Amino acid sequence: MNQFANIHALMPIWPELVLAGGAMLLLMIGVYAGEGSARFVNGLCIVLLAGVAALIVWMPAGRSVMFGGSFVVDDFARFLKLLMLSGSAGALLLSLDYLTLEKQQKAEFGILALLATLGMMLLISAADLIALYLGLELMSLPLYVLAASNRDNARSTEAGLKYFVLGALSSGMLLYGASLIYGFTGTVSFSGIATATQHGAGLGLIFGLVFLFAGFCFKISAVPFHMWTPDVYEGAPTPVTAFFAAAPKVAGVAIFVRATVVAFPGITHSWQQIVVFVAIASMVLGAFAAIGQKNIKRLMAYSSIGHMGFALVGLSAGTPEGVQGVLVYMAVYVAMTLGAFACILSMRRDGLLVENISDLSGLSRTHPAMAFFFAMLLFSLAGIPPLAGFFAKFYVFLAAINAGLYTLAVIGVLASVVGAFYYLTIVKIMYFDEPTPAFQRMPALLGLVLGVSGLLNILFFVYPGPLVSAATVAAKSLF
Amino acid sequence: MTWPILSVVTFLPMLGALLIVIMVRGNGPVAKGTARWISMWTTLITFAISLAMVNRFDAASPEFQFTEKYDWLGISSYHMGVDGISLPFVILTTALMPICILASWTSIQKRVKEYMIAFLVLETLMIGTFSALDLVLFYLFFEGGLIPMFLIIGIWGGQRRVYASFKFFLYTLAGSVLMLLAIMAMYWDAGTTDIPTLLRHGFPAGLQTWAWLAFFASFAVKMPMWPVHTWLPDAHVEAPTAGSVILAAILLKMGGYGFLRFSLPMFPLASHDFAPLVFTMSVVAIIYTSLVALMQEDVKKLIAYSSVAHMGFVTMGIFAATTQGVAGAVFQMISHGIVSGALFLCVGVVYDRMHTREIAFYGGLVTRMPVFAFIFMVFTMANVGLPGTSGFVGEFLTLVGTFKVNIPVASLATIGVILSAGYALWLYRKMIYGTLKPALEGIKDIGFREAVIFAPLVILTILFGVAPKPVLDMSAASITQLLDGYNKAVKTAEAGKPAVEAKVMPVSATR
Repeated sequence: MNQFANIHALMPIWPELVLAGGAMLLLMIGVYAGEGSARFVNGLCIVLLAGVAALIVWMPAGRSVMFGGSFVVDDFARFLKLLMLSGSAGALLLSLDYLTLEKQQKAEFGILALLATLGMMLLISAADLIALYLGLELMSLPLYVLAASNRDNARSTEAGLKYFVLGALSSGMLLYGASLIYGFTGTVSFSGIATATQHGAGLGLIFGLVFLFAGFCFKISAVPFHMWTPDVYEGAPTPVTAFFAAAPKVAGVAIFVRATVVAFPGITHSWQQIVVFVAIASMVLGAFAAIGQKNIKRLMAYSSIGHMGFALVGLSAGTPEGVQGVLVYMAVYVAMTLGAFACILSMRRDGLLVENISDLSGLSRTHPAMAFFFAMLLFSLAGIPPLAGFFAKFYVFLAAINAGLYTLAVIGVLASVVGAFYYLTIVKIMYFDEPTPAFQRMPALLGLVLGVSGLLNILFFVYPGPLVSAATVAAKSLF
Repeated sequence: MTWPILSVVTFLPMLGALLIVIMVRGNGPVAKGTARWISMWTTLITFAISLAMVNRFDAASPEFQFTEKYDWLGISSYHMGVDGISLPFVILTTALMPICILASWTSIQKRVKEYMIAFLVLETLMIGTFSALDLVLFYLFFEGGLIPMFLIIGIWGGQRRVYASFKFFLYTLAGSVLMLLAIMAMYWDAGTTDIPTLLRHGFPAGLQTWAWLAFFASFAVKMPMWPVHTWLPDAHVEAPTAGSVILAAILLKMGGYGFLRFSLPMFPLASHDFAPLVFTMSVVAIIYTSLVALMQEDVKKLIAYSSVAHMGFVTMGIFAATTQGVAGAVFQMISHGIVSGALFLCVGVVYDRMHTREIAFYGGLVTRMPVFAFIFMVFTMANVGLPGTSGFVGEFLTLVGTFKVNIPVASLATIGVILSAGYALWLYRKMIYGTLKPALEGIKDIGFREAVIFAPLVILTILFGVAPKPVLDMSAASITQLLDGYNKAVKTAEAGKPAVEAKVMPVSATR
């Protein structure tokens, strides 16, 4: 009887338990069934992610706190977990055909992605500094391996190593910041820190805060901790890049928002200037640095740096509207990113992936449907109405204006105009230039991901209600 | 009225575009024909329904009519409706679209299907811009139009089409994003983005100044006003004929419409304060761009610069804020929509035959194309503003309206009328008279299709010149209400009362 009661108490963490157990099980299957079963196992990984997502939806709503306040499940966590799981599952869908075609189909690929996803789920729910660090490391370690998963390729191993060294450095900084915060407040729990800082904070705590933020910024590749992004994006196998762009960004932004809003509401003016600076720097650098890129994966890296800047505009407001804006932004960002990577993974000529932007030349003649959806995604990334990307920017800037951050808003929208230039350049190459030899036929799975993401982006304006109201509810649960 | 006639007019072209996507396969002559006919019928039916709307429109009422309102974004709703200021633009759009489709019938042979889809989508977005009664919805339509126009210039344009399309897109976008921020600031002040509510809101003076400037950034680029007009000649020159027509006739009018719908009634104090700035820029536009037009060697460029000059009269008339000035501005925009559109179509006629727009290439066309020479003359005269053509009414009214408030500005602007006669007649003499150039020996006069295109435009140009009353009556009530509110707000502010209390319209706003 008592045992059952304990199991019942574990209820809120069930999705994580199922994911962990499932990952172990799949690992066993993969090891014992051998190489031949790799595609099957990776397929099962996607099914498992879908199952976990269904479990989260099915579980009763409301807020529950576990493990002495270090793990919290609220509407905010549910929203972001679902989003992150769709990002993970989408990226894995993109990888299936790639791995087969590149003859790299290994069961470890899916398993590692599952473990990283588990880390992200813990990270999203983390409510104290210890849980935060545990989740962060569980997320990061599999990612380092994934980046280097094409181990015969020098670029891939270089990317993995670079990511690992810099990632370890940033983890160290984050830990240092966490220890300073603990030292000055005497507690690791976010709510405890909030109580300790409600009447302002000393210089030591601010120091800790800065180091903590440095770690976060590294994980979401915000300026000035963005340097790894272009190299790792370019070097890692493309589906891994898609995974990097979709899932860990969501988790990183989630913990950034939760830690800032829940733990430091008393010293908003202190962290606000940091976030404003990071947002402006990311938006501007993302916009300008992307202009000169020739490789589409590098371009996506700078584009994601810029997008993180826009998402942080919402956080810098520090209000429920701002958090709602961040959530809408991340949802739209995941949809756009997966679609864009479906296109990038379809750029295959004579059995080889090509990565130069100029290879897209005249795509509108050779693959009209793909070109159309890609163009719409690019317009959406640029934030042109009536596409989804516009609404994403709309909500974050709406919050920034309400918080009186006019300089930030003006610089932000002007950066989006600069950013529009390089997205337009790709549209120009696809639509105005003369065709190059056609790509191979797009695999059905990629077509599916592209179609879903494209339609979501184009038709978002018809019925934006569900996402926006879900984000509102999720944002309210933090305040 | 049971069915939402305004939404039908707005989204019918989009439906036609979908139909083309579904029905037309391949690139053969049959597919091209189907795409053309579908778009032709779609635009014609849209036009017919919009005429039914005119029939039911009550010109005596200044209120928004055919309104529809549904929940949409939470903070803003799907709210549509037209009044006497927006209806003429809706009709102008629906009327010009079939003409544009017809004008592209033979000259566009490359990717016909995509071309027609882009135009139909653009029509939806343009009608939506003029009939949206919610700021966010308005912005959606206003900016969404960039995408099809970017593709139209970039895919079917001339030599420097890439440069022109980028310049068009980025100029317009840069202006508009600032307006978006102002829209947000207005939302936080008023708690809504509903235009009829905002019209009665009465914004604090400080916000008015900033919001006015932000809206001005967007509309001045769109209009375009000197000195941000430089995208226009490039875009016009490179766009295909029908693209130039839409650009000149409708897209430019969005700027003027925006001033009338937002700047003047919502920010009356700022409009009053900034009027000298607008006057200066208008006068510079009228004189400077007319002089620039005199120096052009490309027909389309000349017409593009003349457009900038004519838009100068519009901005001057609007910010004179007198009944005659505003009525003249609306009339001038409609008239310019017809006349400049027709002029670009005239250029298209000779361009289709000789594939050059260089003025020096042409000469003596009257001997080979007498009918064309006559048509071109009608529109040249309308462009000059000869009494009896629609161009005269608009220019005259804006000048009269401005004389009431600022005599030096009006006098300087009058010089522009003379200059416009200079470049327009010079162009006409160069192209139509003189000795026939040897290269033009075999040129043919306009055919039946082209006659069908020009007939309604010639009739309207002369009809509106002789009897401008229908257009003026349609918008009179709305303009009166707009100016009453404006004058009241300005007077209240000048009487020393705090500006915050200034209500634009005498209706108590409930928050």
